[in-house]
Amino acid sequence: MRLMRILPASIVSLILFFLAFPIVVVAIVSFSSATYLTFPPPAFGLRWYEAFFSNPDWLKPTWVSIWVACAVVVLATFLGTLAALGIARLPKALRVVAAGLILSPLIVPGIVVAIGIYYAYSRYGLVGTPIAMVLAHTCLAVPFVVTSVTASLSGIDPRLEQAALSLGATPGATFFQVTLPLIQPGVLVGALFAFITSFDELIVALFISGTGAVTLPRRMWDDLRFQIDPTIAAVSTLTIVLTAALMGAAHFLRKRAEQNRMATSSAAP
Amino acid sequence: MSEVVQPASLALAVSRPKTAPFDWRRAVPLLLAAPLLVYMLVFYALPVAAMLLRSVNDPSWTLANYAILFEDVVFQKTFWITINTSVTVTLGCLILGYPVAMGLVRAKSMAPFILVIILLPFWTSVLVRSYAWMVLLGRHGLVNEALIALGMIERPIRILNTPLATQIAMIHILLPYMILPIANALRQIDPSLIRAASGLGATPFMTFRQVILPLSMSGMAAGTLLTFVLALGFYITPAMVGGPRDITLSMLIAQQVDQLNWAYAATLSAVLLATALAILAMARKLPGVGNAFKTSMR
Repeated sequence: MRLMRILPASIVSLILFFLAFPIVVVAIVSFSSATYLTFPPPAFGLRWYEAFFSNPDWLKPTWVSIWVACAVVVLATFLGTLAALGIARLPKALRVVAAGLILSPLIVPGIVVAIGIYYAYSRYGLVGTPIAMVLAHTCLAVPFVVTSVTASLSGIDPRLEQAALSLGATPGATFFQVTLPLIQPGVLVGALFAFITSFDELIVALFISGTGAVTLPRRMWDDLRFQIDPTIAAVSTLTIVLTAALMGAAHFLRKRAEQNRMATSSAAP
Repeated sequence: MSEVVQPASLALAVSRPKTAPFDWRRAVPLLLAAPLLVYMLVFYALPVAAMLLRSVNDPSWTLANYAILFEDVVFQKTFWITINTSVTVTLGCLILGYPVAMGLVRAKSMAPFILVIILLPFWTSVLVRSYAWMVLLGRHGLVNEALIALGMIERPIRILNTPLATQIAMIHILLPYMILPIANALRQIDPSLIRAASGLGATPFMTFRQVILPLSMSGMAAGTLLTFVLALGFYITPAMVGGPRDITLSMLIAQQVDQLNWAYAATLSAVLLATALAILAMARKLPGVGNAFKTSMR
């Protein structure tokens, strides 16, 4: 009987170990003092972080990635929020088609999207420009914004908007003073997802970043072809911390919005 | 001219204020969605469509590219490797994912901790996770060192750059996509059903087989399909940790583009896309999967 209780728990712990361990190893290796990749490290130090922060070959792609991701956040959040507001009110047939187009980057294999974009963008001389990266990454980021905003829109009590309109608010005032504050957590979560989608994206970058818009993942990929020195472990650890912090924030925001919604709906008679 | 007002146009002028604002409001949702829809068409859908078109209009309108492709030994081998890898990875995820999903749903105070362990790798990029497996599985990596220390092998064995490495890394990367839909389905099981089963004398195993497993089937189906479709399109992981000769469809497509063989690349892309869409179309027919799918995508 004891075995029945302990066995499942130990199996689950083992699988969780399998999930977490590789990430932990990368983090530990990044603090290694050795000049080559070895585990466990003989001693700890920050030399690989120094190597990263003192090398323009790493810093330049980092800035390109950050700028591209920020531009994607602005473009994807604006277009995506607007569209989410419209799609919810479209007639059903049209809504299905629109949602299909917008959500399809989630299921179309990455390589198909990447070479399609490469095929078309190269005809217009866009390959190797940061603009091409922003244009392409926005398409990949938009599904996350639309789903996130749509989810928070569906949680809004329609009577709140009706009340504002019937009390004489213009549609514009209703939007800015009632709807927007209510969906704000959803918009913010979508923006965070958009940033990470662009910041971590590699397949499209492999084809269209050329030599003029090398992003951080592309730089890591190129480096891995020749060596797996611990600088990449340091870069990886930095990106893990960054994405985990942003995703954690998104997760927290979504949970809090859900709790607020439950609190307000249960408070209503 | 405006002095001579015809009765008909007068009626029109009078009736306009009633219908016009109504029409304007109906157009608002479409106007809001239009910028994004146009954007997606111009920068994503039409480029992909134009590329896919090369499979039927290169050199002229023909289906010959498909006929050639299905006869091609390289394609057949690659297609089989891709399907084989996806099936293995999906089964691995199902076997490893189900216990974790149950653990997550049953855990009380530990639940947030388990969720973080599941989500932390989920939030880490595929590139970084594949790199982690390069570090672990390399000739002098941790796995080889551990196996030698345990006396199971004498010399380092080749794990990196084999199909096994691809499978391990892909299972690691796709596992959360399996766990989350299953946990969702498990969470929706009415706990009184489980109490009733054990109250009526069922052993824990019987309760699991006859109550929990059937009721979590929709989550398993959703997780399985999602994992399988994502596995089909994998490119970065097999290219980084897989064997040089075990190429997947995605790798073959990239290779053909490098050689500017657009007709072949487009035909391969069309086949890969059609396979993924066919599986998703089947998924929609399964009861309960559609909903489980939607909640897990969020």
